[in-house]
Amino acid sequence: MAMAPGEFVALLGANGSGKSTLLKVVLGSLSLAAGTAQVLGGPAGEANSAIGYLPQRRSFDQSTRIRGLDIVRLGLDGDRWGVPVGLPGGRRGERRRATRARVAEAVAMVGATAYAERPIGQCSGGEQQRLLIAQALVRRPELLLLDEPLDSLDLPTQASVAALVDEIRRESAMAVLLVAHDVNPLLPYLDRVVYLAGGHAVEGPVEQVITSDVLTRLHGVPVEVLRASDGRLVVVGQPEPPAHHHDRHAGPGGDGHSHAYV
Amino acid sequence: MPARGATVTPTRMSDAANPQLTWNIARDVSELLEYHFMLNALIAGSIVAVMAGLVGWFMVLRREAFAGHTLSMMAFPGASGATLIAVPAAWGYFAMCAAGALAIGRLAGGQRRSRSEQSAGIAAVQATALAAGFLFVSLYGGVLGDLESLLFGNILGVSDGAVMLLAVVAALSLAVLAAIARPLLFASVDPDTAAARGVPVALLSIAFLLMLASAVAATSQITGVLLVFSLLVGPAATAQLITARPAISLALTVALGLLVAWLGLGLAYFSVYPAGFFIATASFSIYALTRVLAGVRAGRRRGGFDEVGAGPPPSGVAA
Repeated sequence: MAMAPGEFVALLGANGSGKSTLLKVVLGSLSLAAGTAQVLGGPAGEANSAIGYLPQRRSFDQSTRIRGLDIVRLGLDGDRWGVPVGLPGGRRGERRRATRARVAEAVAMVGATAYAERPIGQCSGGEQQRLLIAQALVRRPELLLLDEPLDSLDLPTQASVAALVDEIRRESAMAVLLVAHDVNPLLPYLDRVVYLAGGHAVEGPVEQVITSDVLTRLHGVPVEVLRASDGRLVVVGQPEPPAHHHDRHAGPGGDGHSHAYV
Repeated sequence: MPARGATVTPTRMSDAANPQLTWNIARDVSELLEYHFMLNALIAGSIVAVMAGLVGWFMVLRREAFAGHTLSMMAFPGASGATLIAVPAAWGYFAMCAAGALAIGRLAGGQRRSRSEQSAGIAAVQATALAAGFLFVSLYGGVLGDLESLLFGNILGVSDGAVMLLAVVAALSLAVLAAIARPLLFASVDPDTAAARGVPVALLSIAFLLMLASAVAATSQITGVLLVFSLLVGPAATAQLITARPAISLALTVALGLLVAWLGLGLAYFSVYPAGFFIATASFSIYALTRVLAGVRAGRRRGGFDEVGAGPPPSGVAA
């Protein structure tokens, strides 16, 4: 399994199938029991400054009194020792200007300029997610790892965040590995999917992986994949009925998407 | 309490003279500065206000007020233990606070633990510390002198030596804070990403608790154990209500801390009531007032939205 620059790959599978674990291997924070991982031309963990990483499900408490802009900026220099307060003058002043310009650019890339000055706790879930993507982008990474960036967002916001990720990877030829429960918002943009289940993985284009045959074989129980007229995929006969994304977040007035997960 | 100054050590400020507050502020201030104990009190109060303000700003951001509270309780076993083995109480404060910080870090440390697990661990440390203090008092067999100054501080008893000790401790912890401030901010608001970026989140957490411990030990000598939060929480929480910009917020915290400390000491000099009372009251009043004003401002903003009404809903609003 390999990824090319600029490729958009989704990592799918049930809870506990090892999606987040795989991201940690790519980051080098977990080592493989067997096999090797090469990341950006070296062993995993050595090129982390060229990786933008968005951890799973973070939301900022409403009372968090830090601007979105500051959160994005921490992605740029938060790991550098020293004081977060810039001192004026000379070379430092120049670096400060460059930092500010880079942060503003990343914020503009995700279209968050209008609310970046607000305390992040007062931004909506979708706004927070965009700012966090800006934080992952601010160092101009070559590889973007997004762990369930669409989780706990409503459907229109899921669609707009998916479109944003696609736009960014096309503009900057950045490879994107995105963990998801539901492949549907990503369908128009994906190059490939990797499906993890029962300790096995299948990779390939969506239409070759998300099929009744492949999923039945992977899960070891009969699974049926239906295709709606608009192209959305509906998976029926999921092996572990509860513990699914949409079950946790289902609100009143479900519109048929409730079963549209993979 | 550290050894007292050899000169005047009145129990109340107004015993030193019979000061009357006039409307000539310059004269009042110069009268106040004529007394060495008052000068020491102002210097010590300023050092503590700056240190407690900056450390407290991070404490409020990290929601570690319970840990801070528990560390202030460490002064009791610290002071009683020091009395028992006949060393200056200040050393007992700092030693026990540091031990408490390490215990909290070990039992409740790491933001990966759940909130309930953290607070249970901190509560266990607090109960054990108070029990140890009680044991030390029993072993000592006598009445622990200065109990009131332990609880409420004794700003008048600040000797030259104590001022020096405060200055050294403050300089050390502010130097450490200056070195780790940025990664600490990152680890405080966004620990998962910080860890992925190679920021030593667990180590920073312990380092911060130790800094908090020294700030608490220093503050409790001025305001007493029970009123530590007036300088540790009040200015920081007020500043964070006013602005979400870290740099301005930090500067505002220091300014408010100094204002509260000077106001409290000045008022105490010209009245019969203790400094701790005025410091705590000033701190609370400023916070409460800001809170009310922030509420009014937010309410007005909400009202504005309602009037606009027809505008497009912000993205991400659930149907």
